Amino acid sequence: MPKKRVNRSAWGTFSLFALLTVFGAFMILPLVYAINNAFKPLDEIFIFPPTLFVRHPTMNNFVDLFNLLGNSWVPFSRYIFNTVFITGAGIIGHVLLASAAAYPLAKHHFPGKKALFSIVVLSLMFTPAVTAMPNYMIMSWLGLIDTYWAVIIPAFAYSLGLYLMKQFMEQIPDVLLEAAKIDGASEYRIFWSIVMPNVKPAWLTLIILLFQILWGSDGNGFIYSEQLKSLHFAAGQVVAGGIARSGPAAAVALILMSVPITLFVFSQSRIIETMATSGMKD
Amino acid sequence: MRANKHSYILMAPYMLLFAVFTVLPVLVSVVLSFTYFNMLEFPKFIGWQNYTRLFLEDDVFLIALKNTLLFAVITGPISYIACFVFAWIINELSPKLRAVMTLVFYAPSISGNVYFIWLMIFSGDRYGIMNGLLLKFGFILEPILWLKTEGYIMPIIILVQLWLSLGTGFLTFIAGLQTVDGTLYEAGAVDGIKNRWQELWYITLPSMRPQLMFGAVIQITTAFAVADVSIALAGFPSVNYAAETIVTHLIDFGTTRFEMGYASAIATVLFFIMVGTNLVVQKLLRKVGE
Repeated sequence: MPKKRVNRSAWGTFSLFALLTVFGAFMILPLVYAINNAFKPLDEIFIFPPTLFVRHPTMNNFVDLFNLLGNSWVPFSRYIFNTVFITGAGIIGHVLLASAAAYPLAKHHFPGKKALFSIVVLSLMFTPAVTAMPNYMIMSWLGLIDTYWAVIIPAFAYSLGLYLMKQFMEQIPDVLLEAAKIDGASEYRIFWSIVMPNVKPAWLTLIILLFQILWGSDGNGFIYSEQLKSLHFAAGQVVAGGIARSGPAAAVALILMSVPITLFVFSQSRIIETMATSGMKD
Repeated sequence: MRANKHSYILMAPYMLLFAVFTVLPVLVSVVLSFTYFNMLEFPKFIGWQNYTRLFLEDDVFLIALKNTLLFAVITGPISYIACFVFAWIINELSPKLRAVMTLVFYAPSISGNVYFIWLMIFSGDRYGIMNGLLLKFGFILEPILWLKTEGYIMPIIILVQLWLSLGTGFLTFIAGLQTVDGTLYEAGAVDGIKNRWQELWYITLPSMRPQLMFGAVIQITTAFAVADVSIALAGFPSVNYAAETIVTHLIDFGTTRFEMGYASAIATVLFFIMVGTNLVVQKLLRKVGE
Protein backbone atom coordinates (compact mmCIF):
# COMPACT_ATOMS: atom_id res chain seq x y z
CA MET A 1 0.00 0.00 0.00
CA PRO A 2 1.56 3.28 -1.10
CA LYS A 3 2.09 5.83 1.64
CA LYS A 4 0.11 9.04 1.75
CA ARG A 5 1.80 11.14 -0.85
CA VAL A 6 2.40 14.80 -1.38
CA ASN A 7 0.37 17.33 -3.23
CA ARG A 8 -2.95 15.63 -3.78
CA SER A 9 -5.60 18.12 -4.82
CA ALA A 10 -9.07 17.30 -3.53
CA TRP A 11 -10.59 18.13 -6.89
CA GLY A 12 -8.27 15.67 -8.65
CA THR A 13 -9.14 12.93 -6.19
CA PHE A 14 -12.83 13.57 -6.58
CA SER A 15 -12.78 13.48 -10.39
CA LEU A 16 -10.67 10.31 -10.47
CA PHE A 17 -13.10 8.53 -8.18
CA ALA A 18 -16.07 9.76 -10.18
CA LEU A 19 -14.38 8.28 -13.25
CA LEU A 20 -13.81 5.00 -11.46
CA THR A 21 -17.45 4.78 -10.38
CA VAL A 22 -18.92 5.57 -13.80
CA PHE A 23 -16.74 3.09 -15.65
CA GLY A 24 -17.02 0.52 -12.90
CA ALA A 25 -20.78 0.63 -13.40
CA PHE A 26 -20.32 0.20 -17.15
CA MET A 27 -18.18 -2.88 -16.57
CA ILE A 28 -20.33 -4.57 -13.98
CA LEU A 29 -23.92 -3.73 -14.95
CA PRO A 30 -24.11 -6.12 -17.92
CA LEU A 31 -22.89 -8.90 -15.64
CA VAL A 32 -25.39 -7.94 -12.93
CA TYR A 33 -28.09 -7.96 -15.58
CA ALA A 34 -26.99 -11.40 -16.75
CA ILE A 35 -26.93 -12.80 -13.24
CA ASN A 36 -30.41 -11.44 -12.48
CA ASN A 37 -31.80 -12.69 -15.77
CA ALA A 38 -30.83 -16.22 -14.89
CA PHE A 39 -33.21 -16.13 -11.91
CA LYS A 40 -36.10 -14.34 -13.62
CA PRO A 41 -39.32 -16.20 -14.34
CA LEU A 42 -40.32 -16.08 -18.01
CA ASP A 43 -42.92 -13.35 -17.56
CA GLU A 44 -40.32 -11.12 -15.96
CA ILE A 45 -37.84 -11.60 -18.80
CA PHE A 46 -40.50 -10.36 -21.17
CA ILE A 47 -41.74 -7.53 -19.02
CA PHE A 48 -41.90 -4.06 -20.50
CA PRO A 49 -40.01 -1.94 -19.67
CA PRO A 50 -37.16 -4.41 -18.95
CA THR A 51 -35.86 -4.44 -15.38
CA LEU A 52 -32.32 -4.88 -14.17
CA PHE A 53 -33.10 -6.68 -10.92
CA VAL A 54 -35.16 -9.80 -10.45
CA ARG A 55 -38.36 -9.43 -8.39
CA HIS A 56 -39.48 -13.02 -7.87
CA PRO A 57 -36.37 -15.16 -8.19
CA THR A 58 -36.85 -18.72 -9.43
CA MET A 59 -34.65 -21.66 -10.32
CA ASN A 60 -36.90 -22.60 -13.26
CA ASN A 61 -34.42 -21.50 -15.89
CA PHE A 62 -31.84 -23.94 -14.60
CA VAL A 63 -34.41 -26.72 -14.50
CA ASP A 64 -35.47 -25.85 -18.07
CA LEU A 65 -31.87 -25.77 -19.17
CA PHE A 66 -31.14 -29.23 -17.86
CA ASN A 67 -34.37 -30.59 -19.35
CA LEU A 68 -33.60 -28.95 -22.67
CA LEU A 69 -30.11 -30.37 -22.79
CA GLY A 70 -31.27 -33.63 -21.26
CA ASN A 71 -33.46 -34.18 -24.31
CA SER A 72 -30.62 -33.58 -26.69
CA TRP A 73 -28.65 -36.40 -28.21
CA VAL A 74 -25.60 -35.80 -26.06
CA PRO A 75 -26.15 -35.57 -22.30
CA PHE A 76 -25.27 -32.27 -20.68
CA SER A 77 -22.83 -33.94 -18.31
CA ARG A 78 -20.79 -34.99 -21.33
CA TYR A 79 -20.25 -31.35 -22.33
CA ILE A 80 -19.15 -30.56 -18.80
CA PHE A 81 -16.77 -33.51 -18.77
CA ASN A 82 -15.30 -32.44 -22.13
CA THR A 83 -14.62 -28.91 -20.98
CA VAL A 84 -13.18 -29.99 -17.66
CA PHE A 85 -10.98 -32.60 -19.33
CA ILE A 86 -9.67 -30.24 -22.02
CA THR A 87 -9.03 -27.50 -19.47
CA GLY A 88 -7.38 -29.82 -16.94
CA ALA A 89 -5.15 -31.70 -19.37
CA GLY A 90 -4.16 -28.51 -21.18
CA ILE A 91 -3.19 -26.76 -17.96
CA ILE A 92 -1.17 -29.65 -16.52
CA GLY A 93 0.76 -30.21 -19.74
CA HIS A 94 1.41 -26.52 -20.22
CA VAL A 95 2.67 -25.91 -16.69
CA LEU A 96 5.04 -28.88 -16.91
CA LEU A 97 6.42 -28.30 -20.40
CA ALA A 98 6.63 -24.51 -20.18
CA SER A 99 8.41 -24.73 -16.82
CA ALA A 100 10.87 -27.32 -18.10
CA ALA A 101 11.67 -25.09 -21.06
CA ALA A 102 11.78 -21.92 -18.98
CA TYR A 103 14.38 -23.26 -16.54
CA PRO A 104 17.29 -23.48 -19.00
CA LEU A 105 16.25 -20.21 -20.63
CA ALA A 106 16.36 -18.50 -17.25
CA LYS A 107 19.38 -20.14 -15.66
CA HIS A 108 21.65 -21.77 -18.24
CA HIS A 109 23.92 -20.31 -20.85
CA PHE A 110 23.96 -22.01 -24.18
CA PRO A 111 24.11 -21.11 -27.85
CA GLY A 112 20.80 -20.13 -29.41
CA LYS A 113 19.22 -19.08 -26.13
CA LYS A 114 18.61 -15.48 -27.12
CA ALA A 115 17.20 -16.39 -30.52
CA LEU A 116 14.81 -18.97 -29.07
CA PHE A 117 13.47 -16.55 -26.52
CA SER A 118 13.00 -13.76 -29.10
CA ILE A 119 10.95 -16.10 -31.27
CA VAL A 120 8.72 -16.90 -28.31
CA VAL A 121 8.28 -13.20 -27.54
CA LEU A 122 7.52 -12.46 -31.20
CA SER A 123 4.90 -15.19 -31.19
CA LEU A 124 3.02 -13.36 -28.43
CA MET A 125 2.00 -11.09 -31.29
CA PHE A 126 0.28 -13.80 -33.31
CA THR A 127 -3.40 -14.12 -33.16
CA PRO A 128 -4.68 -17.69 -33.52
CA ALA A 129 -6.52 -16.68 -36.69
CA VAL A 130 -3.24 -16.06 -38.49
CA THR A 131 -2.25 -19.67 -38.11
CA ALA A 132 -5.67 -21.33 -38.07
CA MET A 133 -5.55 -22.65 -41.63
CA PRO A 134 -2.07 -24.21 -41.64
CA ASN A 135 -2.79 -25.49 -38.16
CA TYR A 136 -5.75 -27.36 -39.54
CA MET A 137 -3.56 -28.99 -42.18
CA ILE A 138 -0.90 -29.91 -39.64
CA MET A 139 -3.56 -31.35 -37.35
CA SER A 140 -4.95 -33.45 -40.14
CA TRP A 141 -1.49 -34.74 -41.13
CA LEU A 142 -0.99 -35.73 -37.53
CA GLY A 143 -4.43 -37.35 -37.40
CA LEU A 144 -5.57 -35.11 -34.58
CA ILE A 145 -8.71 -33.75 -36.22
CA ASP A 146 -11.84 -34.59 -34.29
CA THR A 147 -10.04 -35.45 -31.09
CA TYR A 148 -9.59 -33.54 -27.84
CA TRP A 149 -5.88 -33.39 -28.52
CA ALA A 150 -6.30 -30.85 -31.31
CA VAL A 151 -7.15 -28.34 -28.58
CA ILE A 152 -5.02 -29.75 -25.77
CA ILE A 153 -1.61 -30.29 -27.40
CA PRO A 154 -1.20 -26.80 -28.89
CA ALA A 155 -2.08 -25.43 -25.45
CA PHE A 156 1.03 -27.15 -24.10
CA ALA A 157 3.16 -24.77 -26.13
CA TYR A 158 1.44 -21.38 -25.71
CA SER A 159 4.03 -18.64 -25.50
CA LEU A 160 2.56 -16.66 -22.61
CA GLY A 161 3.38 -19.33 -20.02
CA LEU A 162 6.99 -19.76 -21.05
CA TYR A 163 7.44 -16.00 -20.96
CA LEU A 164 6.03 -15.62 -17.44
CA MET A 165 7.82 -18.68 -16.10
CA LYS A 166 11.19 -17.56 -17.41
CA GLN A 167 10.86 -14.13 -15.83
CA PHE A 168 9.89 -15.71 -12.56
CA MET A 169 12.66 -18.30 -12.50
CA GLU A 170 15.27 -15.63 -13.10
CA GLN A 171 14.54 -14.40 -9.57
CA ILE A 172 15.61 -17.66 -7.94
CA PRO A 173 19.06 -17.04 -6.43
CA ASP A 174 21.90 -18.78 -8.29
CA VAL A 175 23.56 -19.83 -5.04
CA LEU A 176 20.62 -22.09 -4.28
CA LEU A 177 21.13 -23.96 -7.55
CA GLU A 178 24.91 -24.10 -7.17
CA ALA A 179 24.60 -25.55 -3.67
CA ALA A 180 22.43 -28.34 -5.05
CA LYS A 181 24.93 -28.96 -7.84
CA ILE A 182 27.78 -29.31 -5.36
CA ASP A 183 25.68 -31.81 -3.43
CA GLY A 184 25.58 -33.86 -6.61
CA ALA A 185 22.04 -33.23 -7.83
CA SER A 186 21.43 -33.66 -11.55
CA GLU A 187 19.88 -30.88 -13.65
CA TYR A 188 16.57 -32.74 -13.67
CA ARG A 189 16.68 -33.19 -9.92
CA ILE A 190 17.41 -29.47 -9.48
CA PHE A 191 14.56 -28.55 -11.78
CA TRP A 192 12.06 -30.83 -10.09
CA SER A 193 13.03 -30.53 -6.42
CA ILE A 194 14.32 -26.98 -6.20
CA VAL A 195 13.13 -24.82 -9.07
CA MET A 196 9.56 -26.10 -9.33
CA PRO A 197 8.65 -25.78 -5.63
CA ASN A 198 10.11 -22.28 -5.70
CA VAL A 199 7.86 -21.11 -8.51
CA LYS A 200 4.64 -22.51 -7.08
CA PRO A 201 2.95 -19.09 -7.01
CA ALA A 202 3.77 -18.69 -10.70
CA TRP A 203 1.96 -21.92 -11.47
CA LEU A 204 -1.15 -20.31 -10.07
CA THR A 205 -0.87 -17.36 -12.43
CA LEU A 206 -0.36 -19.67 -15.39
CA ILE A 207 -3.26 -21.84 -14.30
CA ILE A 208 -5.60 -18.83 -14.16
CA LEU A 209 -4.54 -17.41 -17.52
CA LEU A 210 -4.71 -20.78 -19.24
CA PHE A 211 -7.95 -21.67 -17.54
CA GLN A 212 -9.56 -18.61 -19.09
CA ILE A 213 -8.34 -19.52 -22.55
CA LEU A 214 -9.28 -23.20 -22.41
CA TRP A 215 -12.54 -22.77 -20.53
CA GLY A 216 -13.74 -20.44 -23.28
CA SER A 217 -12.48 -22.56 -26.19
CA ASP A 218 -14.97 -24.50 -28.25
CA GLY A 219 -12.63 -26.50 -30.47
CA ASN A 220 -14.22 -24.76 -33.42
CA GLY A 221 -12.78 -26.11 -36.66
CA PHE A 222 -11.00 -29.07 -35.10
CA ILE A 223 -13.72 -30.99 -33.31
CA TYR A 224 -16.79 -32.20 -35.19
CA SER A 225 -18.23 -35.04 -33.13
CA GLU A 226 -21.07 -33.77 -31.01
CA GLN A 227 -20.04 -35.90 -28.05
CA LEU A 228 -16.58 -34.30 -27.98
CA LYS A 229 -17.77 -30.72 -28.01
CA SER A 230 -17.34 -28.30 -25.15
CA LEU A 231 -19.74 -26.68 -22.73
CA HIS A 232 -19.09 -23.39 -24.45
CA PHE A 233 -20.26 -24.83 -27.75
CA ALA A 234 -23.40 -26.27 -26.17
CA ALA A 235 -24.05 -22.91 -24.56
CA GLY A 236 -23.73 -21.21 -27.92
CA GLN A 237 -26.43 -23.48 -29.29
CA VAL A 238 -28.82 -22.68 -26.47
CA VAL A 239 -28.24 -18.99 -27.07
CA ALA A 240 -28.71 -19.40 -30.81
CA GLY A 241 -32.06 -21.04 -30.03
CA GLY A 242 -33.52 -17.54 -29.87
CA ILE A 243 -36.19 -15.87 -27.89
CA ALA A 244 -38.14 -18.87 -26.66
CA ARG A 245 -35.04 -19.95 -24.80
CA SER A 246 -34.10 -16.63 -23.24
CA GLY A 247 -34.41 -18.08 -19.75
CA PRO A 248 -32.14 -21.11 -20.24
CA ALA A 249 -29.70 -18.91 -22.21
CA ALA A 250 -29.36 -16.63 -19.21
CA ALA A 251 -28.82 -19.66 -17.00
CA VAL A 252 -26.06 -20.89 -19.33
CA ALA A 253 -24.38 -17.48 -19.24
CA LEU A 254 -24.37 -17.56 -15.46
CA ILE A 255 -22.91 -21.07 -15.29
CA LEU A 256 -20.21 -20.23 -17.83
CA MET A 257 -19.04 -17.08 -16.11
CA SER A 258 -19.37 -18.15 -12.50
CA VAL A 259 -16.58 -20.72 -12.65
CA PRO A 260 -13.69 -18.50 -13.81
CA ILE A 261 -14.86 -15.61 -11.64
CA THR A 262 -15.00 -17.80 -8.53
CA LEU A 263 -11.57 -19.16 -9.29
CA PHE A 264 -10.20 -15.65 -9.65
CA VAL A 265 -11.76 -14.41 -6.42
CA PHE A 266 -10.11 -17.18 -4.45
CA SER A 267 -6.70 -16.81 -5.99
CA GLN A 268 -6.64 -13.05 -6.62
CA SER A 269 -4.22 -11.96 -3.91
CA ARG A 270 -1.70 -14.64 -4.79
CA ILE A 271 -1.89 -14.00 -8.51
CA ILE A 272 -1.20 -10.32 -8.17
CA GLU A 273 1.64 -11.06 -5.81
CA THR A 274 3.12 -13.41 -8.39
CA MET A 275 2.81 -11.00 -11.24
CA ALA A 276 4.37 -8.32 -9.06
CA THR A 277 7.39 -10.38 -8.11
CA SER A 278 7.83 -12.00 -11.50
CA GLY A 279 7.89 -8.39 -12.58
CA MET A 280 7.98 -8.83 -16.37
CA LYS A 281 11.48 -7.42 -16.17
CA ASP A 282 13.59 -7.72 -19.27
CA MET B 1 26.61 -29.17 -27.50
CA ARG B 2 27.48 -31.93 -25.03
CA ALA B 3 28.00 -29.50 -22.15
CA ASN B 4 24.54 -28.09 -22.71
CA LYS B 5 22.86 -31.42 -23.31
CA HIS B 6 20.56 -31.09 -20.32
CA SER B 7 19.40 -27.62 -21.31
CA TYR B 8 18.34 -28.85 -24.71
CA ILE B 9 16.67 -31.97 -23.34
CA LEU B 10 14.62 -29.93 -20.88
CA MET B 11 13.51 -27.56 -23.62
CA ALA B 12 12.93 -30.19 -26.28
CA PRO B 13 9.28 -31.14 -25.61
CA TYR B 14 8.08 -27.54 -25.42
CA MET B 15 10.17 -26.29 -28.33
CA LEU B 16 9.13 -29.22 -30.50
CA LEU B 17 5.43 -28.53 -29.97
CA PHE B 18 6.02 -24.79 -30.25
CA ALA B 19 7.74 -25.34 -33.58
CA VAL B 20 5.01 -27.64 -34.89
CA PHE B 21 2.00 -25.62 -33.77
CA THR B 22 3.26 -22.04 -33.91
CA VAL B 23 6.40 -21.55 -36.00
CA LEU B 24 5.59 -24.05 -38.73
CA PRO B 25 2.04 -22.74 -39.33
CA VAL B 26 3.36 -19.20 -39.75
CA LEU B 27 5.96 -20.37 -42.27
CA VAL B 28 3.44 -22.54 -44.11
CA SER B 29 1.04 -19.62 -44.21
CA VAL B 30 3.63 -17.30 -45.75
CA VAL B 31 4.58 -19.89 -48.37
CA LEU B 32 0.94 -20.68 -49.22
CA SER B 33 0.17 -17.00 -49.69
CA PHE B 34 2.07 -17.19 -52.98
CA THR B 35 0.01 -20.09 -54.28
CA TYR B 36 -3.43 -21.03 -55.44
CA PHE B 37 -4.58 -23.78 -53.09
CA ASN B 38 -8.06 -25.24 -52.66
CA MET B 39 -7.25 -28.09 -50.26
CA LEU B 40 -7.90 -30.69 -52.99
CA GLU B 41 -5.24 -30.12 -55.61
CA PHE B 42 -1.56 -29.53 -54.93
CA PRO B 43 -0.80 -25.82 -54.35
CA LYS B 44 0.12 -23.95 -57.56
CA PHE B 45 2.66 -21.14 -57.42
CA ILE B 46 1.17 -17.85 -58.62
CA GLY B 47 3.61 -15.23 -57.29
CA TRP B 48 2.19 -11.98 -55.95
CA GLN B 49 -1.22 -12.53 -57.52
CA ASN B 50 -3.04 -13.09 -54.21
CA TYR B 51 -1.65 -9.83 -52.90
CA THR B 52 -2.52 -7.76 -55.95
CA ARG B 53 -6.02 -9.24 -55.92
CA LEU B 54 -6.33 -8.42 -52.23
CA PHE B 55 -5.49 -4.75 -52.57
CA LEU B 56 -6.73 -3.99 -56.07
CA GLU B 57 -9.78 -6.15 -56.73
CA ASP B 58 -11.28 -7.12 -53.40
CA ASP B 59 -13.64 -4.35 -52.29
CA VAL B 60 -14.76 -6.26 -49.22
CA PHE B 61 -11.15 -6.58 -48.06
CA LEU B 62 -10.84 -2.82 -48.22
CA ILE B 63 -13.93 -2.52 -46.00
CA ALA B 64 -12.39 -5.10 -43.66
CA LEU B 65 -9.09 -3.25 -43.61
CA LYS B 66 -10.83 0.06 -42.91
CA ASN B 67 -12.93 -1.49 -40.11
CA THR B 68 -9.94 -3.23 -38.55
CA LEU B 69 -7.83 -0.08 -38.56
CA LEU B 70 -10.76 1.86 -37.09
CA PHE B 71 -11.09 -0.78 -34.35
CA ALA B 72 -7.39 -0.76 -33.66
CA VAL B 73 -7.08 3.02 -33.63
CA ILE B 74 -10.03 3.41 -31.25
CA THR B 75 -9.98 0.32 -29.03
CA GLY B 76 -6.18 -0.15 -28.95
CA PRO B 77 -5.15 3.15 -27.34
CA ILE B 78 -8.36 3.58 -25.31
CA SER B 79 -8.18 0.14 -23.76
CA TYR B 80 -4.44 0.44 -23.17
CA ILE B 81 -4.84 3.80 -21.44
CA ALA B 82 -7.95 2.57 -19.59
CA CYS B 83 -6.03 -0.47 -18.34
CA PHE B 84 -3.39 1.82 -16.97
CA VAL B 85 -5.59 4.61 -15.60
CA PHE B 86 -7.91 2.27 -13.75
CA ALA B 87 -5.04 0.18 -12.42
CA TRP B 88 -3.43 3.42 -11.26
CA ILE B 89 -6.53 4.73 -9.46
CA ILE B 90 -7.32 1.33 -7.96
CA ASN B 91 -3.77 1.10 -6.64
CA GLU B 92 -4.44 3.98 -4.25
CA LEU B 93 -7.44 2.31 -2.64
CA SER B 94 -7.39 0.32 0.57
CA PRO B 95 -6.56 -3.38 0.05
CA LYS B 96 -10.16 -4.57 0.48
CA LEU B 97 -11.64 -2.02 -1.88
CA ARG B 98 -8.77 -2.66 -4.27
CA ALA B 99 -9.64 -6.35 -4.45
CA VAL B 100 -13.29 -5.55 -5.17
CA MET B 101 -12.53 -2.97 -7.85
CA THR B 102 -9.97 -5.24 -9.51
CA LEU B 103 -12.66 -7.87 -9.79
CA VAL B 104 -15.20 -5.36 -11.15
CA PHE B 105 -12.88 -4.31 -13.97
CA TYR B 106 -11.38 -7.71 -14.64
CA ALA B 107 -14.58 -9.77 -14.47
CA PRO B 108 -15.88 -9.10 -18.00
CA SER B 109 -12.70 -10.37 -19.62
CA ILE B 110 -12.47 -13.54 -17.53
CA SER B 111 -16.09 -14.55 -17.66
CA GLY B 112 -15.47 -16.89 -20.55
CA ASN B 113 -16.75 -15.08 -23.64
CA VAL B 114 -20.15 -14.20 -22.23
CA TYR B 115 -20.40 -11.24 -24.56
CA PHE B 116 -23.66 -12.68 -25.77
CA ILE B 117 -25.12 -10.78 -22.81
CA TRP B 118 -24.89 -7.80 -25.13
CA LEU B 119 -27.16 -9.58 -27.59
CA MET B 120 -29.87 -9.35 -24.97
CA ILE B 121 -29.08 -5.70 -24.25
CA PHE B 122 -29.11 -4.67 -27.91
CA SER B 123 -31.85 -7.04 -28.92
CA GLY B 124 -33.92 -5.56 -31.76
CA ASP B 125 -37.32 -5.88 -30.08
CA ARG B 126 -38.82 -3.89 -27.23
CA TYR B 127 -37.63 -6.43 -24.65
CA GLY B 128 -34.01 -5.57 -25.29
CA ILE B 129 -32.86 -3.42 -22.40
CA MET B 130 -31.58 -0.60 -24.62
CA ASN B 131 -34.75 -0.36 -26.68
CA GLY B 132 -36.80 -0.73 -23.50
CA LEU B 133 -35.11 2.20 -21.82
CA LEU B 134 -35.26 4.47 -24.85
CA LEU B 135 -38.92 3.64 -25.43
CA LYS B 136 -39.82 4.16 -21.81
CA PHE B 137 -38.28 7.59 -21.67
CA GLY B 138 -39.75 8.49 -25.02
CA PHE B 139 -36.52 8.97 -27.00
CA ILE B 140 -37.75 6.62 -29.69
CA LEU B 141 -41.19 5.46 -30.73
CA GLU B 142 -40.27 2.13 -32.28
CA PRO B 143 -37.60 -0.38 -31.30
CA ILE B 144 -34.35 -0.05 -33.25
CA LEU B 145 -32.77 -3.06 -34.96
CA TRP B 146 -29.40 -2.24 -33.42
CA LEU B 147 -27.39 -5.07 -34.90
CA LYS B 148 -29.02 -5.03 -38.30
CA THR B 149 -28.59 -1.31 -38.98
CA GLU B 150 -25.29 -0.49 -40.66
CA GLY B 151 -24.65 2.73 -38.78
CA TYR B 152 -24.99 1.22 -35.31
CA ILE B 153 -23.05 -2.01 -35.78
CA MET B 154 -19.49 -0.70 -35.55
CA PRO B 155 -20.06 1.57 -32.52
CA ILE B 156 -21.73 -1.29 -30.64
CA ILE B 157 -18.93 -3.74 -31.40
CA ILE B 158 -16.35 -1.16 -30.37
CA LEU B 159 -18.23 -0.65 -27.11
CA VAL B 160 -18.36 -4.38 -26.37
CA GLN B 161 -14.72 -4.81 -27.35
CA LEU B 162 -13.76 -2.06 -24.90
CA TRP B 163 -15.86 -3.70 -22.21
CA LEU B 164 -13.91 -6.91 -22.74
CA SER B 165 -10.49 -5.41 -23.05
CA LEU B 166 -9.34 -4.94 -19.46
CA GLY B 167 -7.71 -8.34 -19.30
CA THR B 168 -4.16 -9.60 -18.96
CA GLY B 169 -2.71 -6.12 -19.52
CA PHE B 170 -4.80 -4.68 -16.72
CA LEU B 171 -3.69 -7.38 -14.29
CA THR B 172 -0.07 -6.83 -15.26
CA PHE B 173 -0.33 -3.09 -14.61
CA ILE B 174 -1.90 -3.63 -11.19
CA ALA B 175 0.97 -5.92 -10.29
CA GLY B 176 3.51 -3.54 -11.79
CA LEU B 177 2.26 -0.56 -9.80
CA GLN B 178 2.84 -2.46 -6.60
CA THR B 179 6.47 -3.05 -7.44
CA VAL B 180 7.34 0.63 -7.90
CA ASP B 181 9.85 1.52 -5.21
CA GLY B 182 8.15 3.74 -2.60
CA THR B 183 11.33 5.65 -1.79
CA LEU B 184 11.34 7.02 -5.33
CA TYR B 185 8.23 9.02 -4.51
CA GLU B 186 9.75 10.45 -1.37
CA ALA B 187 12.88 11.40 -3.28
CA GLY B 188 10.68 12.92 -5.98
CA ALA B 189 8.82 15.04 -3.44
CA VAL B 190 12.13 16.41 -2.18
CA ASP B 191 13.23 17.12 -5.74
CA GLY B 192 10.18 19.31 -6.31
CA ILE B 193 7.53 17.15 -7.89
CA LYS B 194 4.40 19.23 -7.49
CA ASN B 195 1.40 17.05 -8.20
CA ARG B 196 0.26 13.54 -8.99
CA TRP B 197 0.54 14.10 -12.72
CA GLN B 198 4.23 14.93 -12.54
CA GLU B 199 4.72 12.01 -10.20
CA LEU B 200 3.01 9.78 -12.74
CA TRP B 201 5.10 10.97 -15.68
CA TYR B 202 8.52 11.21 -14.03
CA ILE B 203 8.39 8.31 -11.57
CA THR B 204 5.56 5.81 -11.97
CA LEU B 205 5.56 5.36 -15.74
CA PRO B 206 9.33 4.99 -16.22
CA SER B 207 9.45 2.44 -13.38
CA MET B 208 6.86 0.35 -15.14
CA ARG B 209 8.39 0.23 -18.59
CA PRO B 210 8.62 -3.60 -18.80
CA GLN B 211 4.95 -3.99 -17.91
CA LEU B 212 3.99 -1.19 -20.30
CA MET B 213 5.77 -3.01 -23.14
CA PHE B 214 4.15 -6.33 -22.31
CA GLY B 215 0.72 -4.72 -22.01
CA ALA B 216 1.17 -3.02 -25.37
CA VAL B 217 1.92 -6.29 -27.14
CA ILE B 218 -1.20 -7.88 -25.67
CA GLN B 219 -3.47 -4.88 -26.39
CA ILE B 220 -2.26 -4.44 -29.97
CA THR B 221 -2.72 -8.08 -30.81
CA THR B 222 -6.24 -8.04 -29.38
CA ALA B 223 -7.18 -4.80 -31.12
CA PHE B 224 -6.22 -6.11 -34.56
CA ALA B 225 -7.73 -9.55 -34.11
CA VAL B 226 -11.37 -8.56 -33.56
CA ALA B 227 -13.59 -11.30 -34.94
CA ASP B 228 -15.43 -13.29 -32.29
CA VAL B 229 -17.38 -10.33 -30.99
CA SER B 230 -18.20 -9.20 -34.52
CA ILE B 231 -19.47 -12.65 -35.49
CA ALA B 232 -21.40 -13.17 -32.25
CA LEU B 233 -23.15 -9.80 -32.36
CA ALA B 234 -23.49 -8.80 -35.99
CA GLY B 235 -23.65 -12.22 -37.58
CA PHE B 236 -21.47 -13.63 -40.33
CA PRO B 237 -21.47 -12.07 -42.80
CA SER B 238 -22.80 -8.92 -41.20
CA VAL B 239 -25.30 -6.60 -42.86
CA ASN B 240 -23.60 -5.21 -45.96
CA TYR B 241 -20.23 -6.25 -44.44
CA ALA B 242 -20.56 -3.43 -41.90
CA ALA B 243 -18.73 -5.48 -39.25
CA GLU B 244 -16.26 -7.27 -41.56
CA THR B 245 -12.72 -7.30 -40.17
CA ILE B 246 -9.49 -8.73 -41.54
CA VAL B 247 -9.97 -11.81 -39.38
CA THR B 248 -13.60 -12.42 -40.38
CA HIS B 249 -12.54 -11.97 -44.01
CA LEU B 250 -9.82 -14.54 -43.41
CA ILE B 251 -12.33 -16.93 -41.87
CA ASP B 252 -14.64 -16.38 -44.83
CA PHE B 253 -12.02 -17.40 -47.41
CA GLY B 254 -10.37 -20.04 -45.27
CA THR B 255 -13.32 -21.99 -43.94
CA THR B 256 -16.20 -21.13 -46.24
CA ARG B 257 -14.65 -20.79 -49.69
CA PHE B 258 -11.56 -22.95 -49.14
CA GLU B 259 -9.29 -20.52 -50.98
CA MET B 260 -6.34 -21.29 -48.76
CA GLY B 261 -3.72 -19.38 -50.72
CA TYR B 262 -5.79 -16.25 -50.62
CA ALA B 263 -6.65 -16.70 -46.93
CA SER B 264 -2.93 -17.13 -46.20
CA ALA B 265 -2.18 -13.85 -47.97
CA ILE B 266 -4.74 -12.15 -45.70
CA ALA B 267 -3.13 -13.77 -42.64
CA THR B 268 0.32 -12.67 -43.74
CA VAL B 269 -0.79 -9.08 -44.26
CA LEU B 270 -2.37 -9.08 -40.79
CA PHE B 271 0.76 -10.52 -39.25
CA PHE B 272 2.99 -7.81 -40.71
CA ILE B 273 0.56 -5.07 -39.67
CA MET B 274 0.70 -6.40 -36.08
CA VAL B 275 4.46 -6.73 -35.90
CA GLY B 276 4.94 -3.32 -37.54
CA THR B 277 2.59 -1.61 -35.09
CA ASN B 278 4.32 -3.34 -32.19
CA LEU B 279 7.71 -2.03 -33.27
CA VAL B 280 6.43 1.54 -33.62
CA VAL B 281 4.63 1.45 -30.27
CA GLN B 282 7.64 0.01 -28.47
CA LYS B 283 9.78 2.79 -29.88
CA LEU B 284 7.25 5.36 -28.57
CA LEU B 285 7.11 3.71 -25.16
CA ARG B 286 10.86 4.07 -24.74
CA LYS B 287 10.31 7.84 -24.71
CA VAL B 288 7.98 7.70 -21.69
CA GLY B 289 9.14 9.89 -18.82
CA GLU B 290 11.83 11.72 -20.81
